[in-house]
Amino acid sequence: MKPFTYERAASPAEAAEAAARRPDSKFIAGGTNLLDLMKLQIEAPAHLIDVNALALDRIEATSDGGLRVGALVRNTDLAADQRVRRDYAVLSRALLAGASGQLRNRATTAGNLLQRTRCPYFSDTNMACNKRRPGSGCSAIDGINRQHAVVGASAACIATHPSDMAVAMRVLDASVQTVNPKGVTRTIPIAELHRLPGDTPNVETVLEAGELITAVTLPKPTGGSQHYRKVRDRASYAFALVSVAAIVQPDGSGRVALGGVAPKPWRLDAADAEMPKGAKAVAGTLFAEARPTEHNAFKLPLAERALASVLAEARG
Amino acid sequence: MKFDTPATTNPIDRLQVVGQPVDRIDGRYKTTGTAHYAYERQDAAPDAAYGHVVGAAIAKGRIAAMDLTAAKAAPGVLAIVTAETAGKLGKGEYNTATLLGGPEIEHYHQAVALVVAESFEQARDAAALVKIEYAPAKGAYDLAVARDLAKPSGKDDEPADSRVGDFDGAFAAAAVQLDAIYTTPDQAHAMMEPHATTAAWKGDALSLWTSNQMVAWSVGDVAKTLGMPKDKVHLMSPYVGGGFGGKLWVRADAVLAALGARAARRPVKVALQRPLMFNNTTHRPATIQRIRLGATKDGRLTAIGHDSWSGDLPGGKPETAIMQTRLLYAGANRLTRQRLAELDLPEGNSMRAPGEAPGMMALEVAMDEMAGKLGLDPVEFRLRNDTQVDPEHPGRKFSQRQLTECLRMGAERFGWARRKARPGEVRDGRWLIGLGMAAAYRGAPVVKSAARVRLDAKGIVTVETDMTDIGTGSYTIIAQTAAEMMGVPLHRVMVRLADSKFPVSAGSGGQFGANSATAGVYAACVKLRDAVTGKLGLNAAAAEFADGKVRSGDRSIALVEAARDGELAAEDTIEFGGLDKKYQISTFGGYFVEVGVDAATAEVRIRRMLAVCAAGRILNPKSARSQVIGAMTMGAGAALMEELAVDTRHGFFVNHDLAAYEVPVHADIPHQEVIFLDETDPLSSPMKAKGVGELGICGVAAAIANAIHNATGVRVRDYPITLDKLLKEMPAPA
Ligand SMILES: Cc1cc2nc3c(=O)[nH]c(=O)nc-3n(C[C@H](O)[C@H](O)[C@H](O)COP(=O)(O)OP(=O)(O)OC[C@H]3O[C@@H](n4cnc5c(N)ncnc54)[C@H](O)[C@@H]3O)c2cc1C
Ligand code: SF4
Repeated sequence: MKPFTYERAASPAEAAEAAARRPDSKFIAGGTNLLDLMKLQIEAPAHLIDVNALALDRIEATSDGGLRVGALVRNTDLAADQRVRRDYAVLSRALLAGASGQLRNRATTAGNLLQRTRCPYFSDTNMACNKRRPGSGCSAIDGINRQHAVVGASAACIATHPSDMAVAMRVLDASVQTVNPKGVTRTIPIAELHRLPGDTPNVETVLEAGELITAVTLPKPTGGSQHYRKVRDRASYAFALVSVAAIVQPDGSGRVALGGVAPKPWRLDAADAEMPKGAKAVAGTLFAEARPTEHNAFKLPLAERALASVLAEARG
Repeated sequence: MKFDTPATTNPIDRLQVVGQPVDRIDGRYKTTGTAHYAYERQDAAPDAAYGHVVGAAIAKGRIAAMDLTAAKAAPGVLAIVTAETAGKLGKGEYNTATLLGGPEIEHYHQAVALVVAESFEQARDAAALVKIEYAPAKGAYDLAVARDLAKPSGKDDEPADSRVGDFDGAFAAAAVQLDAIYTTPDQAHAMMEPHATTAAWKGDALSLWTSNQMVAWSVGDVAKTLGMPKDKVHLMSPYVGGGFGGKLWVRADAVLAALGARAARRPVKVALQRPLMFNNTTHRPATIQRIRLGATKDGRLTAIGHDSWSGDLPGGKPETAIMQTRLLYAGANRLTRQRLAELDLPEGNSMRAPGEAPGMMALEVAMDEMAGKLGLDPVEFRLRNDTQVDPEHPGRKFSQRQLTECLRMGAERFGWARRKARPGEVRDGRWLIGLGMAAAYRGAPVVKSAARVRLDAKGIVTVETDMTDIGTGSYTIIAQTAAEMMGVPLHRVMVRLADSKFPVSAGSGGQFGANSATAGVYAACVKLRDAVTGKLGLNAAAAEFADGKVRSGDRSIALVEAARDGELAAEDTIEFGGLDKKYQISTFGGYFVEVGVDAATAEVRIRRMLAVCAAGRILNPKSARSQVIGAMTMGAGAALMEELAVDTRHGFFVNHDLAAYEVPVHADIPHQEVIFLDETDPLSSPMKAKGVGELGICGVAAAIANAIHNATGVRVRDYPITLDKLLKEMPAPA
């Protein structure tokens, strides 16, 4: 870990102002991802802006019947909120499938969205990695890549986004509220928050330097039966090999987003349209452009089977 | 005391204290934070500086250049140790690769420098400033490839090859044959406490507070590595947060802490960083195993063949995966062969039940497959091939062998009769349900072990031995032994362990610790009893020690009277005089497992597990049970998830932290039951005990694999049995 300076911001404006002043800084929320990466010098900010005092820790109803989730709402609190459990069960289930109780007590909504990949070469600084050291190459493409992306990746990087919560947010069509160092706010649909790697896997989101997430907004509830199915190598405390977030309406229509298969939560409108036809059609569309490796090709049939199982459960 | 004739009745047989399920006497210290581990010895070295280890970034080659300028200039840095500055170093008897690499690099993350600083954070920061240029060389990293160059590898008492009868002829002629290849991956000990040491010099004398299973071996290897006399090394390891064989040896933490303390002229402590543990230390080597079985139609084995290949660094040793096959089942024609290939991966070495753990993972699946071919129940098939003698040397009997009893009792308790022989028949909602079983087998070696016992004027009995307690319960069973022998309650006994100033014990390894170390304490207590009766003027032969008194005839004197004029002390060593050669002393058991396999995703979840063990006298049923359930948990890891993923291009284990190297969590282990058969083995030691710590892992993974097959009909022969391997052959769910 490199020595760094630290300040605690008292308001979003102050945080944004601090970020403008210190381009070498990072925000720290729960710290459950950032600090681990700093210890390994994968992240090496010279300055930390602690956002925990920002009073962004409330869940409030919006005027159009949705929910506004403050950026600092802890994963535990979000999962336990009565409104979330009733109207956005897929989100509650996804959160509870992630990490451990202790980590969820600390982890925040914004931090979860911005957590970084679990590619083992990313976390070994001896190894080439385009995400960590642009231009150095990708050690995973011809290496150990059973966990990696099968779709949406590039020749420069095949890492997945590891979040469970983000997959549920994606299927719920959430949007992200931000404020930039100049004080300008904007709303980013969750679908557009994470970028595909292309030639620049080091650039993971559309956020500008110093842009602070203030909240995530959930639109008015869609109803339907809501499912989160996480498939993993052990029963708990493991990242998804594949996960399925699905909302199924009584008429068989619905939406589905996959986790563990792509550099971002993977959802396609065209695939949603296939929902009435069943898992095979949906998976076929989601994976039309898939380019799996020898070691992760199993994720294609696995995702399809997991989705089929979810749909069977939804039908009751 | 020489133990060379079978034990007769002795004071241990009273079982007033021994054999009782008493709580661990160190438990209170551990749960209240008052058991100080190696890295927490502020009491002994309050001014210790912090060392941070730099691991090699390549697997094989040389350091071309090293630039320490920036690191040396970093705040708080006191010293930097490298091979260049360390002076001439030797290599430990028990080490294959050197513990401080450079300029030659033998494996990935081999230590190449220690940075010592005032604070941990400063040391870590400065360590990242050490600039190293490497000249990498080509290495061999793929066992499947290196296997073709493998050579026979064995020892005098464990030869590489064994042959009985005519295996080839009998196998070719057998009515029913099985010929299958199994693989087991490299595995990590992944114990909770990392390798850690606090080191301090006083003149030319070195004190090491470290986390180590074998005190005397390690004193020798520290002395050899640092080129100093053994009697100048004082090594203490009173608490160990798990070892599983990974701490049988001196490792980089100890050597570098000593060198760091010398260079910084003050005590230094080093805890190996978690991400280094997987490649810097030792691991259980991967195996490729071929098993061939030939049987008559009625299920009698006529031919048993087992070949095993493993790899290690040059000068290393094989994973002895064939050893149990020489002993477990009857069969007139036998062939076992062990081959070792050279690999430049990190050092392979002992991990909980070396040999048998991976060997049973293959053999007991082969037995299940053969039972299937024969149309025989897997339990019945094993019963038919039991033997009461060493099948390679029929003149040599087992001291005790209750394998069939274990299997019968296990089958009954588990409800084995409900198992459907045809796979894939039982369903519970979305889960396919299967039952599986396997035999358990592990040798029960005995090792010379000494202890000193003192009786003081307050009537307190103090035991001193360099035996270690690696979380197993040594403190407790040793206290129980001394209490039983001296006829005092447990709280009147004090046990002091794991100090190189104490008599040399068996140490903790090979499941020999409990039986051997308590037998050593028994021997010392016999001597102390003689001293007591001598002092009290009682007839030693007739004396009975009970309730804090010594009785002989109509006389009864308080034990404490014997120490009235001063402490009495006695020291002795138990030495084993060949009964273990004349007889085969082993432990046996049976595992029964129920699994659910998700019909859609092929996720395997264990539902319940049962172990029935025949392992001699159980010295403490509570700590013994803990050993077995812990080992079963480790076996579940081996079956389902544990694998060091080898990058065969760069030559290292990629998943080198606890997020990526998965071991079972609570949710994976819902229900475990353990039954111990009531057994005493007078040929094993005066304690009539054996060991259970390793028996618990030998066979359990195969039982899980067999249950998965019973649930799904899919046979996976490459561990771990992850869902991707099952999925290929599982039909789409209805
Ligand atoms: C052992 C382990 C297991 C885990 N398992 C899972 C799992 O199964 N599933 C899963 O989904 N996750 C898992 N996680 C990840 C965990 O969910 C994340 O670490 C956590 O959600 C991050 O939140 P945080 O608040 O601690 O973020 P931090 O570590 O504080 O920050 C993460 C990133 O977000 C940025 N950031 C934080 N807040 C803001 C903001 N308001 N605006 C802009 N940028 C911001 C930071 O600068 C940093 O770059 C696991 C983590 C660990 C350590
Ligand atoms: S997949 Fe991405 S994160 Fe992993 S090594 Fe390649 S570039 Fe780095």
